[in-house]
Amino acid sequence: MSNEKKFTLRNAINQGLLAGLITTLISTVGMVELFSQRQLIAGVMTMAQLFIFLIPALISFQTARKAPKNSILLFSAVTSFFASLPVLVLILLASTFGLRRFLINVSPSLIETLTFGQGPLVGSLILVLATTAVGVAAAFVDQMDEKIRKPILAGLMWTILVGTFSEILQERLRAFFGIGFTNLIIKSKALQPVAALIFLVVVTAISYFWQQRGDSIKKGLASQSATQRRNMTYAQRIAFFVLLLILPLLLGSYLSEVTNNVGIYVLMGLGLNIVVGFAGLLDLGYVAFFAIGAYVMAILTSEGFLGVAQTSFWLALPVSVITAVIAGILLGTPVLRMRGDYLAIVTLGFGEIIRIMANSDLLKPYIGGAQGVLQIPKPSFFGTSLIQPGQLYYVVLAGVLLAWFVSTRLSNSRLGRQWMAMREDEDVAEAMGINLVNTKLLAFAIGAGFSGLSGAIFASKLTSIFPHSFNLLISINVLSLIIVGGMGSLPGVVVGSLILVGLPELLREFAEFRPWMYGALLIVMMLAKPEGFWPSAIQKRELHADEESPPVEEVAAAD
Amino acid sequence: MSILSAKNVTKRFGGLVAVGNLNIDLEEGSIVSIIGPNGAGKTTFFNCVTGFYQVTEGEILFDGQSLNHRSTDLITRLGISRTYQNIRLFANMTTIENILVGEHPHLKTFWAEAIFRTPRFLKEEKDAEAEARRLLRYVGLAGLGDSLARNLPYGAQRRLEIARALASKPKLLLLDEPTAGMNPNESAEMMRFIKNLRDDLGITILLIEHDMRVVMGISEHIHVLDFGQKIAEGSPKEIQRNPRVIEAYLGRGAASGLEKQTDGISATV
Ligand SMILES: Nc1ncnc2c1ncn2[C@@H]1O[C@H](COP(=O)(O)OP(=O)(O)O)[C@@H](O)[C@H]1O
Ligand SMILES: [Mg+2]
Repeated sequence: MSNEKKFTLRNAINQGLLAGLITTLISTVGMVELFSQRQLIAGVMTMAQLFIFLIPALISFQTARKAPKNSILLFSAVTSFFASLPVLVLILLASTFGLRRFLINVSPSLIETLTFGQGPLVGSLILVLATTAVGVAAAFVDQMDEKIRKPILAGLMWTILVGTFSEILQERLRAFFGIGFTNLIIKSKALQPVAALIFLVVVTAISYFWQQRGDSIKKGLASQSATQRRNMTYAQRIAFFVLLLILPLLLGSYLSEVTNNVGIYVLMGLGLNIVVGFAGLLDLGYVAFFAIGAYVMAILTSEGFLGVAQTSFWLALPVSVITAVIAGILLGTPVLRMRGDYLAIVTLGFGEIIRIMANSDLLKPYIGGAQGVLQIPKPSFFGTSLIQPGQLYYVVLAGVLLAWFVSTRLSNSRLGRQWMAMREDEDVAEAMGINLVNTKLLAFAIGAGFSGLSGAIFASKLTSIFPHSFNLLISINVLSLIIVGGMGSLPGVVVGSLILVGLPELLREFAEFRPWMYGALLIVMMLAKPEGFWPSAIQKRELHADEESPPVEEVAAAD
Repeated sequence: MSILSAKNVTKRFGGLVAVGNLNIDLEEGSIVSIIGPNGAGKTTFFNCVTGFYQVTEGEILFDGQSLNHRSTDLITRLGISRTYQNIRLFANMTTIENILVGEHPHLKTFWAEAIFRTPRFLKEEKDAEAEARRLLRYVGLAGLGDSLARNLPYGAQRRLEIARALASKPKLLLLDEPTAGMNPNESAEMMRFIKNLRDDLGITILLIEHDMRVVMGISEHIHVLDFGQKIAEGSPKEIQRNPRVIEAYLGRGAASGLEKQTDGISATV
């Protein structure tokens, strides 16, 4: 990072070895073998091969950025060459000694994957040459003009994404265009090479022209009037809402179900975003309110023996939310004087208390203990029971839109400013006449309300709930998705949920490695993009600076 | 009539007497300074006035009402606001937002009105923003409303902090070392600015200051603290000649010896 330190060949070697060790690691734990079952492009590339080459490529990219200007290619070649060595050692050891006794996952089929089915000697040669070539290619791409590099990277990324999700896409394409057409693009769960190539070229081209257009729009924007600009966003908004409305039709049943699960988390994330993102109160027991919302919904509507009222979903919904809000205030009151770490620990305790209570014998006659509450009906709408995921989608969507609306309106108001001021500096906020007690309780209450809403929908969607559905991991997931998306950013909550909830659902077969990927993602995030994938408006606001505002120096000099 | 009076105020931290038996009376509409070496207890006294610390003994009256056991936010609502020795802006909020937070005590709408954007809410927001922009102009930062506070240059941050303090329409303004870290030109400019504040708005000003040119230039009355005790008070002329004051500063070998600086002032006057 620092310019003063020279990046030497030795650094390049170290980087390469690091990449190689990562690849070796994911091979020995069994990830590569599992990945080799997923074809990205039929007969050309599996996901395992992607990973074997992606890691050296990314690190060569890094090397290319730091290397001395006149020997970039050499440095990248060194890095990627050394990246292949640890893997090579693994292959040689495995084929001469058979490491299986110590490393259960180093199986013959893993070695076959790593050597491209060409036997240890030829395969190793291919591996070394190919890895080095990929590294050099990465350096080449890095050297290109930004105008070309970005579209190429976009094209590659989208092709890989399409390849990864080809199974789901295949099903969707068949539903819309029939088998014949689909087979041209995706056949037996794998993207066809020709289709992949065409797709790569098309995406790259579109991305290239989009960028050109983006530049000219930016130039044009200055001359446009404010209303013209607003109209544009209105049109975009309408298009977006229409898309949201017809989404289940496009997605089909399975993807709608995934979307609903993401939506449940978005709703929770929007609530926690108020508490943590806006008000800066680190709450680790947030799942408590989700659980309370779910249990109230369950008890009120269940048709089983625990149900007390068999009321309708729509009647139980506000009751769930209000109960969660009251719980938010009750649990918020004792922690008003706490800050930072202390607050986190105490709220963590609250979350656990609620779960343990749900599990307890004491409350078993009322909420079922470990057996949970069963026979919760799905919501119904004017007589039709919303059984299909595509129907339930609209309930989740309504909840998310409501939470989104309330969040935006509040964040642009006095209360939003109170929260932000409190997050920035609690003492000074109080010295501005802000009543910290009210401000904090409002954050806890509104956050809890969204979470309760989410829990109520969750209960009705699953039709049965158990205490173990409300463990600490949910609180941590919700917090992580806020961090990944960007603290205090509403779109960030959606992006975070898609990445941390949506992706794992789509990659079910890798569930075993979910914590691995989770951890890796969080580490990479913290290093590469600590502000999140979609940071809040702070940066954007900077760009919006007063049109008439003169540069800072001028003002300082003027008076 | 005195707007603020501290009666036998003592503040102890464990065994340390940060402020001891201090009596201060502020004439309404005056500019008064508190000076003294580092660690004399000046900032601690400000913290007692604003309710950030509770006094150990004694009482502070503002407009005849006792401030003891009142919370910080309520004291601000009574009409006292302050700035900080080490600037404490809301760094990740815009300039305008910082001032809007300062206006908080005067905004009345209920939070639910913000969700429905009632006419009352919209009007209040519009007026509040207009007021914020007016204050921004007043402190000489026009046009910087949408930049983040942390991106402002140092001098501008000091002014913004004053604008934020003014936004609550205080009767009494406490300024903690407003010229710290400024060069002589900027200090002189700040001095004029503070004087104008009082002359334009009639706000009573109590300031802590190290720059003797500023102190002697604008104060009508000066209190000198040392080790939490008041060792002298009086007009700038009286303070300059007071042997105890000179000793307090020189005796501890303070780099900015009072004598040298006061000499400088008498030379320029
Ligand atoms: N919160 C605190 N806890 C303990 N000691 C404190 C606290 N605040 C201030 N002090 C001590 O009180 C004395 C006066 O400090 P202060 O009022 O900041 O001095 P200054 O006159 O430089 O503003 C110092 O010795 C300081 O260390
Ligand atoms: Mg001080």
